[in-house]
Amino acid sequence: MSGFLIQRLSQSAIVIVIMSFVIYTLIGLMPGDPIDIMIASDPKLTPEDAARLKALYGLNLPIVERYWNWLSAALDGDLGFSRTHNEPVLTVMGPHLARTLLLMGLSFVLSVLIAIPLGVWAAARPYSFRDYAVNLLSLAGRSAPSFWLALILIFVFSVWLGWLPAGGLETIGKGGFWDRLQYLILPVLSLTLLNVAGFTRFVRAETMFVLRQDFIRTARAKGLSERSVMMGHALRNAMIPVVTIIALDFGTLFSGALITETVFAYPGMGKMIFDSILTNDYNLALVGLLFATFITLVANVGADITYAVLDPRISLS
Amino acid sequence: MTDRVVAWASRREIRRRRLHRFMRHRLAAASAIILGMLFLASAFAPLVERLMGIDIRDVDLHALQQGPSAAHPLGTDELGRDLLVRLLYGGQISLLVGLVAAIFSAVIGSFIGILAGYFGGRLDSLLMRVTDGVIALPILPLLIIFAAVDLTKLGFQASGVDDGDISLYRIIFITAMFGWTGVARLMRGATLSLKEREFVRAAIAMGASPWRVMRVHILPNAVSPVIVATTLSVGGIILFESILSFLGLGIQPPIPSWGNMLNGAQEQLSNAPLLMIWPGLMIFITVLAFNFLGDGLQDALDPRALND
Repeated sequence: MSGFLIQRLSQSAIVIVIMSFVIYTLIGLMPGDPIDIMIASDPKLTPEDAARLKALYGLNLPIVERYWNWLSAALDGDLGFSRTHNEPVLTVMGPHLARTLLLMGLSFVLSVLIAIPLGVWAAARPYSFRDYAVNLLSLAGRSAPSFWLALILIFVFSVWLGWLPAGGLETIGKGGFWDRLQYLILPVLSLTLLNVAGFTRFVRAETMFVLRQDFIRTARAKGLSERSVMMGHALRNAMIPVVTIIALDFGTLFSGALITETVFAYPGMGKMIFDSILTNDYNLALVGLLFATFITLVANVGADITYAVLDPRISLS
Repeated sequence: MTDRVVAWASRREIRRRRLHRFMRHRLAAASAIILGMLFLASAFAPLVERLMGIDIRDVDLHALQQGPSAAHPLGTDELGRDLLVRLLYGGQISLLVGLVAAIFSAVIGSFIGILAGYFGGRLDSLLMRVTDGVIALPILPLLIIFAAVDLTKLGFQASGVDDGDISLYRIIFITAMFGWTGVARLMRGATLSLKEREFVRAAIAMGASPWRVMRVHILPNAVSPVIVATTLSVGGIILFESILSFLGLGIQPPIPSWGNMLNGAQEQLSNAPLLMIWPGLMIFITVLAFNFLGDGLQDALDPRALND
């Protein structure tokens, strides 16, 4: 176990170091650089001034050296300043992260609550009409572009019916719990639709797998009712791995959140990363992307370990 | 009594299996027909354009966001361009990106998988660690940053970078870069098991070079799962392309793609909701069709597999 853990953690550490360099390089390859942006807003700067500034800030150094400088500063806790927010990167990121966690958390709980009964219901009668219906809906949900579903929701609920706001965080000058809740409904609904489509397939497959096991046959042979077999034996054994694996597939969940946040102009991490790339906010884009990568990798390791612990058939060595 | 119960259960089981297969194949067949029609329609987009006597690049400020009419069967967009012809051109882009990127991914994945499986040892563990690493990455944010890279900083000529087609090549390249991992794993597994089979061992014993064994004996025998996986991946790639184009980082206007048409439609949501329906529906149908087709191919190419 500890050998497996060490191996997995060291692998992830290597990936993180490589990715931090790759992302740093990519950010450097985005259009323009901080000095160009400075020049654009100050016509009095001459090319010589620009060259001097670039030398001063080390922008003319080779990429490896620049990366090293950034890394040493970052390890000292200095992650830089956000150009568009005029605040240190970490100060900007905190609230965005909290909003994304709220959005993802709410829709995750809702999705699990919908997907589990749906998947178990389908798996209880494989290849029946209802199984087809559930499968078809799930496949349809996975085939529809998520931003399109979001646009349809906006059209129906805010343009047509006028019940809910089309996007944003809160009404300016109003705020408060109820106001914010209204703004949350559509993004959460949109992300939930997307997640349910994906989760249901896992729940169904895992339940069908469990239903083929010997202990289910034993339970049935003992004369337990179908209901108690499904609820007591199948459901419980199928759900632990399903929920763990889904919860820890952070990359997919985060991608969904990024699209949802962007369409609904909800200021979370996903929209922050997207905006920072579009507005050349290099420091914010870099730290945001690195953070997303880091969390995804940590979640992946967590999933591997939990899966191995839950399923004794998987060897850890 | 017992026998009758068993017979009844198995008959029900058989009936379900049949229904299952029939449904699958009918859906796969319908999907193949729909995709064929889409291919033809988008291939003939220039002809349709000529026959209708319009030019999709023509901005017509007198015909903004018109409803369906004889001149414009699906109406016009926010710049007065014909929606139907733009949808057909958009289909060219989506199908091209989806297929080419899926094939590129399959080629890269097959190459990596076969090398890892055949040579094993250190090469195998290195390649598989890289594969694990790529699988673990958050793809969408990385695709966004790759799509935002300034190509002139990589030494490309500015004139070439401004060419509209470059956004097409770029999106194919970056989606393939992240899309090969599934096929690599499949190919490695297939190679590992084929390597132990008699005909492969015989070929090795007769002195065939590794290159020849891989090309002649392993690759052809591992191709069906790769075809299935590749077909199933087309839908995902089309979705990623549409997301990037919708976000303004994929196919650049004025070249129409279903994704960037939706970007334009979002701003017109309140006065022209129909603009949003069509491109999304096209993406939806295409992706769904590729998924059904992949499912059907899976059954057709591997009759032993009893799919859940």
